[in-house]
Amino acid sequence: MLEIRNLDKRYGTRQVLDDVSFDVHPARMTGFVGGNGAGKTTTMRIILGVLGADGGTVSLDGSVLGPEGRRRFGYMPEERGLYPKMKLQEQLVYLARLHGLSSATATANARGLIERLGLGERADEPIEKLSLGNQQRAQIAAALVHDPEVLVLDEPFSGLDPMAVETVVGVLSERAASGIPVLFSSHQLDIVERLCDDLVIIADGRIRVAGSRVALREQHSTLRYELLTSADTAWLRDQPGIDVVEFDGDYALFDATDEAAVQAVLHEATSRGAVLSFARQHPSLAQIFKEVVQ
Amino acid sequence: MTTTPTASKPDLRTGSGRLALLVAEREITTRLRSKSFLISTGILLLLVLGGIIFGSITAANSDDTRVAVTDSALLADVDGVEAVAVDDLAEAEALVRDGEVDAAVVADESSPVGLRVIADSNPPLGLINLLSVTPPVELLDPDAIPGGLAYLVAFGFGIVFFTAAMTFGPTIAQSVVEEKQTRVVEILLAAVPTRVLFTGKVIGTSVLAFGQIALIAAMAIIGLTVTGQDDLLVGLGAPVVWFVVFFIVGFVLLASLFAATGAMVSRLEDMGATTTPVTMLVMLPYFLVIFLNDNPLVVAIMSYVPFSAPVAMPLRLFLGTAEWWEPVLSLGILAVTTVALIALGVRIYENSLLRLGARVSWREAIAR
Repeated sequence: MLEIRNLDKRYGTRQVLDDVSFDVHPARMTGFVGGNGAGKTTTMRIILGVLGADGGTVSLDGSVLGPEGRRRFGYMPEERGLYPKMKLQEQLVYLARLHGLSSATATANARGLIERLGLGERADEPIEKLSLGNQQRAQIAAALVHDPEVLVLDEPFSGLDPMAVETVVGVLSERAASGIPVLFSSHQLDIVERLCDDLVIIADGRIRVAGSRVALREQHSTLRYELLTSADTAWLRDQPGIDVVEFDGDYALFDATDEAAVQAVLHEATSRGAVLSFARQHPSLAQIFKEVVQ
Repeated sequence: MTTTPTASKPDLRTGSGRLALLVAEREITTRLRSKSFLISTGILLLLVLGGIIFGSITAANSDDTRVAVTDSALLADVDGVEAVAVDDLAEAEALVRDGEVDAAVVADESSPVGLRVIADSNPPLGLINLLSVTPPVELLDPDAIPGGLAYLVAFGFGIVFFTAAMTFGPTIAQSVVEEKQTRVVEILLAAVPTRVLFTGKVIGTSVLAFGQIALIAAMAIIGLTVTGQDDLLVGLGAPVVWFVVFFIVGFVLLASLFAATGAMVSRLEDMGATTTPVTMLVMLPYFLVIFLNDNPLVVAIMSYVPFSAPVAMPLRLFLGTAEWWEPVLSLGILAVTTVALIALGVRIYENSLLRLGARVSWREAIAR
């Protein structure tokens, strides 16, 4: 488990990170969400040791990380870039060896990833000759080529076309499923919602919420239900403990004050006609985010 | 899918030494594949070879002056002259005009030496010297190096050091800026500590510089030997060895400064702004030694100043004006300065590397 504890970072008088603590669990994808300038990139840079913190620690499986331990991390920085004139495969092999892999293992890994990401025919082309989408895939490959034991990815999906997003989602899920902790930040809340098991929300350098996505959703859920029947649903307005949010003939969206009121509605609905759909509405990540950050 | 996170067990004890060498290796192979580098090295080698061959041809052509004479007895006891017998003055003048001979010597009753020299447009000074009566000359210090040769040696050491510094200094600065400009630096730093990256780049560039200089030196020695001009090499042995030692330390010093100042900018276009002071540090002492090499005091001082010592100290050794301990002391000063400036360079590099965008100010770069 990757443990981030009490990180502090100041630039001059500006407090960029204030007592930032959260965990990234193995075999789980942790989404790191926050507005621009909230402190995501700074936190990730400190985790990787690229930037020094003014206070706090980053530890993996209980031991505080030094340069040696961090070499087993896979990192995709927000500022993308590889050597433009170096060939794709050669570059991946170089990066893998910088992370401590032998030349043979590095080459095998690079070949495997290049194939997996659909770049097989581009292996011997310089990065600058690749299309933007392929450069993004190459960047992902650079983060994965040394078989990292922890993955930290800053905005891995920004600038990717939908096809590439699917490929990358696939590769990252595979890595997480194999048992490593994966931390990634994103602006695209829909992807985060679909992909992550855990969620960390940061605003103004402070962690607002950290925990499993399911628990978080439960916590922010209200007793809001959707009802679709074969008959008119106007009677809902007169049900006790019910507040109708939206109404459209046979469809209604309503908030209930308690479980009993909900059951009463369902009972009433079945007695009046066929119930086509009756489901609890969960708030979207975007809604939770808005609520938490305010 | 061939890669699983537990499939490979990399050696985590991988030393920083091995990593620095890996960085150096990339630096070298990238440079060796660059066409512009290969072409400029080729041109440099051709220039050296051309110079040697040119020197050998001029030397071969300068043996005997061809002189037309109406009476071969006139030049009977003069060495270094090839007499061409002609019948009369008119034929002698014709040969001079055609360039067949360099000059003509004819008898002349009115001349105090009984001879007259006829030439086309310039007085043939060599021939005139041969024909002149000169008083005996006694040299009090016959072993001293003539001024012209001293200048040549100063110039030789100077040009080699200067060329290497001005070729490879900006090269390393450029390579550092490129890593910032392309943003690859953040990935590198996530894998390798800053000072390892710095060390690797300095080693790589220095090896390239030494390699190129060694190639040029080998070319020069082989060329001079093959063309029979190896007498020029005599007396240069010890100074050249010292030059190499000074060169290695001095170059590492300059490479570190170029790398550090390169890290302060994020775009190649801005590189000049921060590397210029380093360029000045290379050029000023170079010109001082070249132009003031006949001033013993200046050369003596310059032979202790770290930036000019690699040129000035070997020159003094060649001239025989330095005691045995002087190069050792000077090398010590250079080495200490190098260590101190590398430490400063690493700090500037560390402070500047992740600051993208505007140029990093000197104060920010040096701050702890």
